[in-house]
Amino acid sequence: MADAPAIAVADLHVTRGDSEVLRGISLEVPAGAVTGLLGPSGCGKSTLMRAIVGVQVVASGRVTVLGEPAGSRPLRSQVGYVTQAPSVYGDLSVRENLRFFARVLGAAPERVDAVIATVGLGDFADRVVGRLSGGQRARVSLATALLNAPPLLVLDEPTVGLDPVLRRDLWAMFSDLAAAGTTLLVSSHVMDEAGNCDRLLLMRDGRILASATPQELRRDTGEDDLGAAFLRMIERAEAAV
Amino acid sequence: MSPRIVAATTARVLLQLRRDPRTIALLLVVPCLLEVLLRYVLDGQPEAFDRIGGPLLGIFPFISMFLVTAITMLRERTTGTLERLMSMPLAKIDLLAGYGIAFGGVAAVQAALTSVVAFGVLDLHVAGSELAVAGLAIANAVLGMSLGLFVSAFAQTEFQAVQFLPATVFPQLLLCGLLVPRRNMSSFLQDVSDVLPLTYAYDGLDRVTRLGGFDATTVRDLLVVVGVTLLALALGATTLRRRTA
Repeated sequence: MADAPAIAVADLHVTRGDSEVLRGISLEVPAGAVTGLLGPSGCGKSTLMRAIVGVQVVASGRVTVLGEPAGSRPLRSQVGYVTQAPSVYGDLSVRENLRFFARVLGAAPERVDAVIATVGLGDFADRVVGRLSGGQRARVSLATALLNAPPLLVLDEPTVGLDPVLRRDLWAMFSDLAAAGTTLLVSSHVMDEAGNCDRLLLMRDGRILASATPQELRRDTGEDDLGAAFLRMIERAEAAV
Repeated sequence: MSPRIVAATTARVLLQLRRDPRTIALLLVVPCLLEVLLRYVLDGQPEAFDRIGGPLLGIFPFISMFLVTAITMLRERTTGTLERLMSMPLAKIDLLAGYGIAFGGVAAVQAALTSVVAFGVLDLHVAGSELAVAGLAIANAVLGMSLGLFVSAFAQTEFQAVQFLPATVFPQLLLCGLLVPRRNMSSFLQDVSDVLPLTYAYDGLDRVTRLGGFDATTVRDLLVVVGVTLLALALGATTLRRRTA
């Protein structure tokens, strides 16, 4: 079981309206590591994450999460999901939001203050969420997913628009969580965050272009800069067509 | 169903409402002021005030709960909190019951306050029990809540949700018998009003107001109101999707 991937996706297709958003995605996400899902905005990252969490209607394909079909009942307390737009109650305070979600998740009440400290919102715990900045709101949303310490975290662009120091701290926290056994799938459209990941999935236009460690990607493309390496992979994919 | 999650949802909805004192004031004060207004519009016709004032007491909560629930649930859908809850170990019935208890409680306070003003201050007379009027008012409030919950699935914006009030509630108000007795309507309109829930809500209130006793027809009216409430909740539950496109 130790080597079983936390997430396995096989030939996943998703259509929205007339357009095919995911065009046959197959991938594996290893357990206990930080996997970065990198690609430009609009390439299908969020849709792929939604399919993994089990809230997306899929056309075909198989998504297995922690050994169960995505979205099945036993997974609901095992997968922490943070959407790109913060999904918390704007008219409640930070602590009230977390208290409510803690009760829904059955997490211990002490976890509320613990996760507030983890995302660095200790000074804002009693502030109404609607009056916080966008980045602070995103952190409340992230804190919610940490409440019950789920074995899998699916985080959609959790560091967008955040202060660089805070960003560094969050990536350090992701690494710590992974070291403790948590699996993380973190999306970003900023390539300079790729270096923080143990593994990378490069995505473009509804397809996975590459699945590799940052070192493999650098070696494979001969580029030191991961942004340039991504560009090489795109050129290669287009030359192959 | 999990009592823990139902209680958490009830507390959360009430807390959100408490953060919005203006809405609370509107919910509680407006029905009282409307009863006062009606009393003076019908000044010198106490029997007309008695005939309309009683049923109206039970219809205000229906309207306000319809609006409040439609918009609260729409917000839950558009801000992504519904999707988040649906990805958590929460049953749909937990969410619906939480909403029902919270807004049912608010409706009870609203009905109690309006009753005190109408019966205590404005000297409204009903043939039946004043408690029965208040009880029917709460049943109507829960009916309004469940219908509001259901229509929230068909609105994309709060503008649309508000427009569902004239679209779905006003025709029922016109046809329920409050303005014109149903027997004076054309048979076609009577048939239409036969299938609208507010007709039974009004009829029950009218019977308690005019005739007094809680007879078999009043019980039928109440059963229809409760039945439609459950039906709308069941339909509303089907609009809470775990997976969306």
